[in-house]
Amino acid sequence: MDSTQVEKSTISRWKPVIEDWKHTFYLWRRTKLAMVGTFIVAGFLLMALLAPLLAPYDPIKVDLVNRLKPPSKQFLFGTDQFGRDILSRVLYGARVEVWIIFLVTVISGTIGTAIGIVAGYFGGWIDEILMRITDIFLAFPRLILAMALSAVLGRGLTNAIIAISLVEWTVIARLARAEAMRVKSQPFIEAAKAVGASDLRILVLHVLPMCVSPVLVQLTMRMGTIILTAAGLGFLGLGAQPPTPEWGAIVSDGRSYLINHWWISTFPGLFIAVVVLGFNLLGDGIRDILDPRLRR
Amino acid sequence: MLNVEKLRVVFYTYRGVIKALNGVKLWLNEEERLAVVGETGCGKSVTALAIMRLIEPPGEIVEGKVEFLGQDLLKLPEEEMERIRGKSVSMIFQEPISALNPVFKVGFQIAEAIAHSQNIPIKDAYQFVPEALTMVGLDWKRTMNLYAHELSGGMAQRVMIAMALAVKPKLLIADEPTSALDVTIQAQILELLDNLVRAGRNAVIFITHDLAVASEFCDRVAVMYAGNVVEVASSEEVFAQPLHPYTMGLIDSIPLVGQRKELKGIPGVVPDLVDPPSGCRFHPRCQKAFDKCKVELPDLIEVSKDHFVACHLYAAGDRDGSAAQS
Amino acid sequence: MKLATFIAKRLFLMLLVLFGVSVLVFVISKVIPADPVGAILGGNAPVELVEDLRRRLGLDKPLINQFFDYMSGLVKGDLGKSLKTNRPVVKDIAEFFPATLELAISATLFSIVLGILLGIFSAVYRNRFIDHFSRVFSILGVSMPVFWTGLLLLLLFYFRLGWLPGGGRLSLFTTPPTKYTGLLVLDSLLSWNMEALKDALAHLVLPTIVLGYSSTASIARITRASMLDVLRQDFIRTAKAKGIGRRLVIYRHALRNALIPIVTIIGLTFGGLLEGAVLTETIFSWPGLGRYIVNALLVLDYPAIMGGTLFVAVIYSLVNLVVDIIYAVLDPRMRI
Repeated sequence: MDSTQVEKSTISRWKPVIEDWKHTFYLWRRTKLAMVGTFIVAGFLLMALLAPLLAPYDPIKVDLVNRLKPPSKQFLFGTDQFGRDILSRVLYGARVEVWIIFLVTVISGTIGTAIGIVAGYFGGWIDEILMRITDIFLAFPRLILAMALSAVLGRGLTNAIIAISLVEWTVIARLARAEAMRVKSQPFIEAAKAVGASDLRILVLHVLPMCVSPVLVQLTMRMGTIILTAAGLGFLGLGAQPPTPEWGAIVSDGRSYLINHWWISTFPGLFIAVVVLGFNLLGDGIRDILDPRLRR
Repeated sequence: MLNVEKLRVVFYTYRGVIKALNGVKLWLNEEERLAVVGETGCGKSVTALAIMRLIEPPGEIVEGKVEFLGQDLLKLPEEEMERIRGKSVSMIFQEPISALNPVFKVGFQIAEAIAHSQNIPIKDAYQFVPEALTMVGLDWKRTMNLYAHELSGGMAQRVMIAMALAVKPKLLIADEPTSALDVTIQAQILELLDNLVRAGRNAVIFITHDLAVASEFCDRVAVMYAGNVVEVASSEEVFAQPLHPYTMGLIDSIPLVGQRKELKGIPGVVPDLVDPPSGCRFHPRCQKAFDKCKVELPDLIEVSKDHFVACHLYAAGDRDGSAAQS
Repeated sequence: MKLATFIAKRLFLMLLVLFGVSVLVFVISKVIPADPVGAILGGNAPVELVEDLRRRLGLDKPLINQFFDYMSGLVKGDLGKSLKTNRPVVKDIAEFFPATLELAISATLFSIVLGILLGIFSAVYRNRFIDHFSRVFSILGVSMPVFWTGLLLLLLFYFRLGWLPGGGRLSLFTTPPTKYTGLLVLDSLLSWNMEALKDALAHLVLPTIVLGYSSTASIARITRASMLDVLRQDFIRTAKAKGIGRRLVIYRHALRNALIPIVTIIGLTFGGLLEGAVLTETIFSWPGLGRYIVNALLVLDYPAIMGGTLFVAVIYSLVNLVVDIIYAVLDPRMRI
């Protein structure tokens, strides 16, 4: 009896954490679709990172001699009306997309979390007002609001990013608020208050860390939608301006040449579809892994 | 009236194949009440669902015969089985509030059951609902229009009973009907069931983990362990003369009011049904186990009048287990 | 609480939000860096003309007065005048909205019917072929950009195969029906113009599929998930034990319960439809509100942009209100 008691107390306290991660990894491997999603996303990030190395041609330089050439060994995806290699443009376009996702995620995540935890933690009329403001932003379909904001702020990539962020934060805010409300009623918060911690301190040191995880998960799951919105804006001419190779904009470029030069619009759109698919699969996988019912 | 033989049911899960029922044998006569008792996970509910042929994937009935009123239920086409369910056999469940559909009024759900059993449109079946609700002691005017979430546990179970008995079934299967209720309500519901079943002359299979309730309510008791029926006898016999070591352990573990002895449990744990013990599934926990127990699954045999045991300690007609230990 | 009280409460909330929406739109329109007067008159107009126009447009008054003018205008239904067409924006909207409405209704019906059916079959025949097909179909549907699918389908069915018309609502040579509602299909029926009916329907096919595809996918996914969830519940077991037969169990007991989250998604996908409509209309040259706003954007016709945006927000809010009410009707537990 005694020896087993001693044994038990020397088991590392990290063991349950490690076991949990191992189990998560196991689940991830078992969900083939989530793995496919992860590989797609990883491929996408690599593409963006290594674009200068991978791209055979300059994506911006005009080369009228080679204009509107169909896909061939020389130009894998063909060329557009300015003679620019579509493959190179798509590869560099990945950088633009990554940039957009990154900024939108950071901006909307920060604003959304801040507003969300304040609303959730303080409750009362602060909550009501903040939630009404959120509702107001939510009353517009995303693209429409982004379009209107782009019109007002002017066309361009930065403004498109701002526009999308101003729509995305609401989703994060709702989530952060729910989490904050859940955390607020925990005993350790009361304990902190009893010791005299100020509200700000509690918010930042105690409430915020609890919200980080679900917010990050949600952000990942939203990345597919963000790309679609950005591409939509690009297609309408409201995002990155020429000659910057944004995928939606390239699809739009190819529209007038669609009948006989299908490759200009097809390939960038294909990449959008695949990358969004990757994010969606990854998001589904994450959601399934976190679902306590399936976690066995 | 009901004869279940060699019933085997498995569940295919990612952990492995759960061999839930390992050759269950049961029988029941008209107007008789049989209790099926055992711990959680021993297969009592699975047996009931198998009789009703309500086992869905990942579960499967792999072997067996369920003879009911002359027909083998396991061989019937689904349409005919549907005519038997809710008409000749009814079932009530453990959590009555969640067993009712939350978006339909209670009156509708009862009318639906009656309509199906009599093959009339639901519209016409409504006229029988007040009678059904009054039968279980509820104010039909009020209750008919309530939703499941507006009922208390006791009321909900009364509704379930009304729904099950209004179709005048030959057999009622009650799967732990009182386990989720307060003790005082339990007594009321049991009394109600007793009266109704007596008046309606229904046979009952009463599933429970509570031996005391089982013996009070039922004529005979079948004890199950890890997918097998290990002992069947009348209620008095089971308490007075438990023969199977598991049954003995169960009865010993019931604390008696006024008793001041140490609580006795059965050593060991319930076996993992993915990789169950060979032979008699109780042998790892059995004080009286010997070699044969590890190898061969004992049959349920009649050891004395109307007293059946599945244990190698006993041979047919041999009551004290002397013949086997040689 | 009773249904009527619930509806009243939500209506009030919606009006509150719409007020906020109009304030937001006003604020946005005042943040415009460009000078709207300059946009109308050009850069070299004489000063007196500029001042005159400024006064006439009410742009010289203090901001608060402008706000009140704006709000009173809104209540009267005045959204300003389009800089391009020189007509009241409301008139423009009235002309273009029916086209979008027809497309949206068509796409919604398409996606609800197809989506729910796919979802039910997926859930009931879990892990068989139809399930796998439906899930692949769905996840592609929410991943593929609307404008890309539109262009590809256009390329295939119009340019290459010539099966379906490539744009607009009616062919050049078809006599349009008398205008009762602005919804061509309805109008053709009402004026018994069979040729127009066939033509209008043919023109609707591609845009509907394109617009409705991602909604179908969303609805199919949520239907599947919701049905699987519901089919696991206790009361389904009770229903089966009553012997009422598989089909009734699914379509009467399970679906009613499963519809609850599905309806919410339908409401959400409608918002997606409005966005998608903008892109779809652009591709198929569909003369609807979406294309109107896009064109207004390209020439910076601010009253049109703001008016159009505001209108869309109102429609979207109304749809959400209806969804909430349907939700409460379907689920008695929700009437708090």
